[in-house]
Amino acid sequence: MSEQDWRAIRAEAIESLLVERGLLDPADVDRVIETYNDRVGPMNGARMVARAWCDPDFKARLLADGTAAMAEFDFGGAQTEKLVVVENTPDTHNVVVCTLCSCYPWAVLGLPPRWYKDPAYRSRIVREPRRVLAEFGLVLDDDVRVRVWDSSAEVRYLVLPRRPADADGLDEAALAQRVTRDAMIGVAQP
Amino acid sequence: MSAADELTGELAPPMANGEVLFEAPWQGRVFGMARALAEAGVYDWDEFRAHLIDEIAAWDRDPAGEYRYYDHFLRALERLLLAKGLIGADGLGERVSAFAARPHGHDH
Repeated sequence: MSEQDWRAIRAEAIESLLVERGLLDPADVDRVIETYNDRVGPMNGARMVARAWCDPDFKARLLADGTAAMAEFDFGGAQTEKLVVVENTPDTHNVVVCTLCSCYPWAVLGLPPRWYKDPAYRSRIVREPRRVLAEFGLVLDDDVRVRVWDSSAEVRYLVLPRRPADADGLDEAALAQRVTRDAMIGVAQP
Repeated sequence: MSAADELTGELAPPMANGEVLFEAPWQGRVFGMARALAEAGVYDWDEFRAHLIDEIAAWDRDPAGEYRYYDHFLRALERLLLAKGLIGADGLGERVSAFAARPHGHDH
């Protein structure tokens, strides 16, 4: 029996015990997986970014209070943590990490990618952000300041990327398609 | 079942942006259980997070083998449930043994 199977069995054993004790409904587990993985995805965040690009009033609200601005959308799902949106400008680039574990704005980005949870990213993005960003293919000019935001249990960060220069004439829905998950973590530009 | 079969067969894990988020179905179950229990008020998410941080910090201090995020996630959940007395170590051991003894084909 492989190691992978052994962990699957352990997970299944835990689930069966919790269900027997009436602590857990397997349907709730299905719903969580579906919510964070299939339904939410990074599209919620992309819609907020696209609206901010199109609507200066919304952008002001988003930057002032991300949690409240998110409530203007019908995203469903629970966001119990405070959402803070940080704006990329010509002279400042923002990037998000969780140095301790894997805190991430699930409600707007779905589940984090594998690299976000890896020790290398968690430690190196703080120590040498420019080099890590370059490895992602994002080379910043020397005069651009890089700010690294460390997520916590209380605060989750979302990067508001700069609007692409070649996106004139696109409407909000089309713009949302241009926004990638990685851009909202801050390791790419749309 | 090989890892490749899991990626392409009926048990294909969820994808987002074309990227595999769960490498095996059990990882999704563990994630879903941890969140669902917190949402049901069985524990505070912060309690789970504290255990996860402990698990990951232990690996960071003394990296042993490949880093596997959901292994830490599973251990954090198990330790939290044991610490809170929501499951018992003996009961868990017996259930694991029972499931492990099932005929091959029912072990995923």
